[in-house]
Amino acid sequence: MARPIVPVPDPVSQPFWDACNEGKLIVQYCSICDRRQYPPEATCRDCGFDFHLSWQETSGRAKIVGYSITYDSRLVQWHPLQPFLNVIVALEEDPVINFHTNLIDDFGTNLTEEPDIPIGATCEVQFVEAAPGRMIPEWKIVK
Amino acid sequence: MARENWERNHDPVGIWNGRGKAALIARGHSPTDRRWDGETLEKSLGAYMMIAVQNALDDAGITVDDVDGIIGSAGGQPNGAPLSDVWGPRDYFDPPYDSEDGLTHVTGQWLRQQMGFKNIKYINNHGDPIWNLIGQAAQAIADGRAETVVVTYPNGNLPGRYHQDPSNEARGGAVWPNTWGWGLSGQGFTFNQYCQKYGTNHDRMAPFVVQERKNGLLWEHSYYAQHEPGEFTEEDYLNGRMIARDLSIFDCDRPVLAAAAYVMTTAEKAKDMKQTPVYIWDHTESLFSPRSLVQTIDDTEEWTDIQAQRSYNGSGITADDIDVFAPYDGFAVFTQYYIEAWGWRGVKRGESHDFYAGDISLKGPNPLNSGGGNMGTGRMRTVFITDPLEQLQNRAGERQITGRAEIAVSHGVLPITAGTVVMSTNPG
Ligand SMILES: [Zn+2]
Repeated sequence: MARPIVPVPDPVSQPFWDACNEGKLIVQYCSICDRRQYPPEATCRDCGFDFHLSWQETSGRAKIVGYSITYDSRLVQWHPLQPFLNVIVALEEDPVINFHTNLIDDFGTNLTEEPDIPIGATCEVQFVEAAPGRMIPEWKIVK
Repeated sequence: MARENWERNHDPVGIWNGRGKAALIARGHSPTDRRWDGETLEKSLGAYMMIAVQNALDDAGITVDDVDGIIGSAGGQPNGAPLSDVWGPRDYFDPPYDSEDGLTHVTGQWLRQQMGFKNIKYINNHGDPIWNLIGQAAQAIADGRAETVVVTYPNGNLPGRYHQDPSNEARGGAVWPNTWGWGLSGQGFTFNQYCQKYGTNHDRMAPFVVQERKNGLLWEHSYYAQHEPGEFTEEDYLNGRMIARDLSIFDCDRPVLAAAAYVMTTAEKAKDMKQTPVYIWDHTESLFSPRSLVQTIDDTEEWTDIQAQRSYNGSGITADDIDVFAPYDGFAVFTQYYIEAWGWRGVKRGESHDFYAGDISLKGPNPLNSGGGNMGTGRMRTVFITDPLEQLQNRAGERQITGRAEIAVSHGVLPITAGTVVMSTNPG
């Protein structure tokens, strides 16, 4: 289903969003610092250079780190969905790298009670259409 | 935000070579209102800033002619977006209110012109927030760029809901949170991780927030003292409307319209001014970034540990030396990170909520945030400077703590971007 707020790519993030449209979750990788980087930036946060920065595909598998529930957002477009779920997941192969998700199965449900979301549960990325032609990553708990 | 080279942010910072050279002398405040109505010029941020500056000069017993530096936060709204970006464009008024300058932000240049400062040789409007401005002023004096500085802190609020974003598109850095509806939920998320890690819960914040309101009601410039002087109870706190999981409306500071100004000068000139000098022993700053998208409890504890150690290294004091401790509280769910990083009163990681359940009263042995913090005063931030100053000058009135008041540590603003000021009654 459509999302309240649609991301607009810029030159730095364009490869990430293009990959989403192809069903791949990619993050930056600095070969000198040997570290992944998300969200994408023009330079590596550690060394400050862009020479060694490339894009690397991930497994898309992640674990639940924790979650929040938003009752009163400053983002007006999200108000009709309140209260809604905000989940943080960390990449399975590199738990330093974390992402937002609303969890596919719970999206748009106007929560009526606090959900039972086990910390550490494994989930996998799927891509949903936030707007025509604009896929975004979301996660689904692997049952 | 450009970080300038005056900051002390590379470890080990070592004892500050400006120690004891700059003295904080005086403070001045405007009235405190909830909002500016957009029309009443004598209540604009510029008008309030002039009131605060004049009050600070009077408090120091000096005139505009004695001042040669103005250091301030022009933004009128700390943390990035100026109010004018949010609420403008608007119809303007006759000079000097013919632009945003004076209405929703206040530059040193505007103040110089309106108040007739003739001897200014140093103006800087780029600093923010108040801890960093105090640090910047102390460094400017220690470096000889100015001798007597007025530090200005205008903090505005206009009609309408605060920082609401109506857009259905996200651009730039806002893409990463907004696409998934992540807003203040972040503050609650990190706090929830804290609670999970240490086996505590949000309700245990109540004694702290209630004590802060009590303290704030004893500060004449507090929004609550001026406009809502009624008692605030633990039950009120526990019934607070939730903004996000583990973040209630009573953990969020109330946006207000207020201005404050401070006079800082050289140790030499301080001797001739009206108030007891309070010497700046150290200032340190830091700017971090999360290891990935979301700031976690691990990030938060690492950053606050680094900044606390930096401050101890720069000032040479230990936790036992801190008589007056003013760690930031807007959001209230931050404060435990600072108490534990500094280890004030021996509090270790995970122990703050037990500490809150003990005696943190104003007249007890652990008068945490004796000024009331933002929770007790509104989103002014200036109580974090004014209260330690008044405590060390022994003129905090009903708020005066009963124990020794010789060394104060004031710290803000966020775990991710921080400034700490150490003050003392002794030159050191
Ligand atoms: Zn690198």
